[in-house]
Amino acid sequence: MSASARDLGAFRIKDAGRHTPARTARFTFDGKTYTAMEGDTVASALLAHGVHLVGRSFKYHRPRGILSAGPEEPNALLDVSRDAGRRQPNVRATVQEVFDGVRIASQNRWPSLKHDVGAFNDLLSPFFAAGFYYKTFMWPKEAWHKLYEPFIRRAAGLGEAPKEEDPDHYTSRYAHCDVLIAGAGVAGLTAALSAAATGVSVFLVDEQPEVGGALHFDAGTTIDGQNGYEWAQAAVARLKAMPNVTVLTRTTVFGYYNHGFLGLVERVTDHLARPGRDLPRERLWQVRAKRVVLATGSIERHMVFANNDRPGIMLASAARTFLNHHGVAVGRQVGVYTAHDSAYEAAFDLKRAGVSIAAIVDCRSHPGDAVLAEARALGIDVLTGHSVINTSGRLRVSSMTVARNGGSNARKIAVDALIVSAGWTPSVHLFSQSRGKLRFDEQNQRFLPDIYAQDCVSVGACNGTDDLSDLIDEAIAAGGGTLALTGENSFEWTGGMIGAAEGAGPDTVVKAFVDFQHDVTAKDIRLAVREGMHSIEHIKRFTTNGMASDQGKLSNMHGLAIAAEMLGRPIPKVGLTTFRAPYTPVTYGTLVGHSRGDLFDPARKTPMHALEAAEGAEFEDVGNWKRAWYFPKRGEDMHAAVNRECRTVRDVAGVFDASTLGKIEVVGPDAAQFLNLLYTNAWDTLKPGKCRYGIMTREDGFVYDDGVVGRLAEDRFHVTTTTGGAPRVLHHMEDYLQTEFPHLKVWLTSTTEQWAVIAVQGPKAREIIQPFVEGIDISNEAFPHMSVAECTVMGVPSRLFRMSFTGELGFEVNVPADYGPAVWKAIWERAESMGACLYGTETMHVLRAEKGYIIVGQDTDGTVTPDDAALGWAVSKKKTDYVGIRGLKRPDLVRDGRKQLVGLLTKSPDVVLEEGGQIVADPNQPKPMTMLGHVTSAYWSENCGRSIALALVAGGRSLVGKTLYVPLKDQTIEVEVTDMVFFDKEGGRIHG
Amino acid sequence: MLLIHCPYCEEDRSELEFRWAGEAHIARPENIAAITDEEFAEYFFLRNNEKGLTYERWRHIHGCGRFFNAARDTVSDRFLMTYKAGLPKQPIPTAEETAAIAEEKTVETWEATEGDAR
Ligand SMILES: [Zn+2]
Repeated sequence: MSASARDLGAFRIKDAGRHTPARTARFTFDGKTYTAMEGDTVASALLAHGVHLVGRSFKYHRPRGILSAGPEEPNALLDVSRDAGRRQPNVRATVQEVFDGVRIASQNRWPSLKHDVGAFNDLLSPFFAAGFYYKTFMWPKEAWHKLYEPFIRRAAGLGEAPKEEDPDHYTSRYAHCDVLIAGAGVAGLTAALSAAATGVSVFLVDEQPEVGGALHFDAGTTIDGQNGYEWAQAAVARLKAMPNVTVLTRTTVFGYYNHGFLGLVERVTDHLARPGRDLPRERLWQVRAKRVVLATGSIERHMVFANNDRPGIMLASAARTFLNHHGVAVGRQVGVYTAHDSAYEAAFDLKRAGVSIAAIVDCRSHPGDAVLAEARALGIDVLTGHSVINTSGRLRVSSMTVARNGGSNARKIAVDALIVSAGWTPSVHLFSQSRGKLRFDEQNQRFLPDIYAQDCVSVGACNGTDDLSDLIDEAIAAGGGTLALTGENSFEWTGGMIGAAEGAGPDTVVKAFVDFQHDVTAKDIRLAVREGMHSIEHIKRFTTNGMASDQGKLSNMHGLAIAAEMLGRPIPKVGLTTFRAPYTPVTYGTLVGHSRGDLFDPARKTPMHALEAAEGAEFEDVGNWKRAWYFPKRGEDMHAAVNRECRTVRDVAGVFDASTLGKIEVVGPDAAQFLNLLYTNAWDTLKPGKCRYGIMTREDGFVYDDGVVGRLAEDRFHVTTTTGGAPRVLHHMEDYLQTEFPHLKVWLTSTTEQWAVIAVQGPKAREIIQPFVEGIDISNEAFPHMSVAECTVMGVPSRLFRMSFTGELGFEVNVPADYGPAVWKAIWERAESMGACLYGTETMHVLRAEKGYIIVGQDTDGTVTPDDAALGWAVSKKKTDYVGIRGLKRPDLVRDGRKQLVGLLTKSPDVVLEEGGQIVADPNQPKPMTMLGHVTSAYWSENCGRSIALALVAGGRSLVGKTLYVPLKDQTIEVEVTDMVFFDKEGGRIHG
Repeated sequence: MLLIHCPYCEEDRSELEFRWAGEAHIARPENIAAITDEEFAEYFFLRNNEKGLTYERWRHIHGCGRFFNAARDTVSDRFLMTYKAGLPKQPIPTAEETAAIAEEKTVETWEATEGDAR
């Protein structure tokens, strides 16, 4: 595509900039089409066409333009879209590269950017002063959701988040290196050249598309006798050719964490017109660096003066970047307002490019001699000891009002752009994130790295090293190598100020913006101090200064200085707020990477999962497990299915997938002794071929887990745990084995996933499995309740348990996981032909509750002892030691009146209690009532023909037969306290 | 993310592989059944939670599975040393001493000795 010079914008300067005129791209801004050059940012492309007004401010909806030329931009936030599914709000115009077809829209305005109804807020500004959120919207409470919050969200805010699912994908990589260098300006490149020559592995990372840093704008720097920017491109080409160097551009080091761990985001496709489909949009790098060199440079500050936020007012270095890198003039009649020499060089470059300089207004009386002489030579008016005390222009600056410091001799000077500089703030963000301590450089009014917490070094501007030769030497040393390199600047820079400038002092009421993104003025910060905020952290929160997505890169130092002045305390005493990751905003997509959709969280499925699904199972999540919940037949709802399953299990039999139960193989000559120490019961008395229900307590005496343990041989136990408890129980066991009882010869292995477990429960259970079992006699006499044996089932080596969590005759067939489906199929085919059913976890819960069997974690809550749970019988009285033995004797655990697990029967049998319902003795007592406990389990029991419940009740066992109450919102339910067994109280069925 | 030296694997590995396991060098009383309530509270409930140098336990749960001890500065998060479970509390060593400690033998366990034979 080609375009005439005029198409590229009226503010393009012929032969200026580094882009290739033949390579252009078309884009739209608020529906209007423009032509840009490849390499343009949205900011430079818009400025080329004279577009300064790009947005409305957060609170007051004031017209706003482009303030900077880099990632620190607080103002020019735009909505960028590639296509219908790919739209991103709050993109910095100074960072987004233009590509062919990109659509850009302004934000935070209605109905249009030029006529915005919200600008009414500017007139109401007294109402929006600092702290207004806290004060105005306090009362009444109900009004918050209905009135205040929607109002604030509409009135104040940034872009609109997309509602569509993100169609892009994001990837993640890990890397290790000897040296990571953050920033590829002169300092970073020099450090990289120095380090790379020593042969160590080097990562050189820079957020911009091209390396060079300040050399993008600073055309007056010569390195090795070469133009600085060209030297930088040649240097990076040399580095890229080295096998031990990785250069990442368009990549931001956003976080510096512990032990040399850094988070990087690489923007892979955001600048491409037609990205390959296989490319990720962004890539997260997690790099562990042995050493880090911070070469992050510095950021220019704006001047704080009345109406300093009009479109067309921007940083001097930004104007220089637009000119020297992009070939764009920011105006035709440019004013300069500065407290620092660097802005003079911007004026010189503009003047030489043919732009008229209205005046350089310098608030200092004594600028640097060299810049002053050059200004004179170029015929530029310099007003020293003067300040800009106001500006005018509705949608773009049209004049600056200049006065001698003190206020006299005020006059208006027409300008169409005003470039400003209050000096430079070292970028110590990453240093600070690494937990380094800063010191205040009183002379230059800046914070600099002082005490390092990690193996890291700062070089160049971020270290306050201003002189180019010193900077190069420092960078060579940081790289660890040797290098012969010289550099030269056109001018030495002096000056700088922080805080409010002339005409914006405490005696004024002007709007002099400190934080552009959050619309915080100097006045707001003073108000915060007057309202009693004395710590910078409080001032920050009260005013929201520095709390926007730019994290106050331009505003922090100004805010701090204004607060310090008001407080009458030195700056280091007021303190700097903490810098936190990320350095610049990072998309959720990058952080999440592939971990979304099916990959968000792993799903654990049992070997029989597909067979159960084919039988119509509904599944429920238990931890990461998918467990068959119930098996509805055609036309059945959950209630009907569960009732049928409950009936069928007790009348005939049911088949249940118990594979998710945690399983731990405990082997070794001291295995029984080890279990004796870990469980409250005795295990040395358990004979091989038998199993026993065991309770595990923590050292404090509270129930931790339970399960059936089978002894297969003298030195081998098959331990089962609750489904959710398996990992923590193994961890708990390993802890004691490794650190408290290391003398015991025991080996622990998790076997949860090794075994498929098919439970067959009900009167016909034996008849169902009989034909498949080989090698043992499973008659009631030979293989009674709580037996275990190794045998074969359908020829598959298996472990067969005679046990029951239903109160019925029951078996659990354990076969190696891969055989699970085949064995399940055969057992279920026979069971089905005999009238049995498949049942899921819901029926399992009801059946166990009918028998009063507890579920740890549902009927217990970490404050329940075995005795509280009516399991005192499972606590050995003879053992001299086990985990929990001492805890169980604590006074509070043996006192009367503890909450005990009991049964509850509602007076009207049809009413099912709510789990969690609170229990009281007298429903008519005044509130707050004395609560005796709560319902832990409640079900409709089809087999009992009524509702049943379990509950923890203070002194519960002494209340059996008494009436208690469960008060709910709209009714009070009367209940009778009972024992915990509701079905087959004699317990004969289990021995069938 | 922390970088932790496992004294069993003798490798620096990412924090992702580890699990913190509380203050170190709190031995379970041998006669635990007989201790007083105060002694039990001291053993089980009370922790120093000191700022600065802390001795704590970690487990290389997604690696070798072993529990070990570490001396860490809670202010800087710097690990001053790690050493095997069963060793007494170690003084903060010089760099040379750190290497020597890694050579020392740990308490014998079934896993470390006959375990392999199974
Ligand atoms: Zn290890």
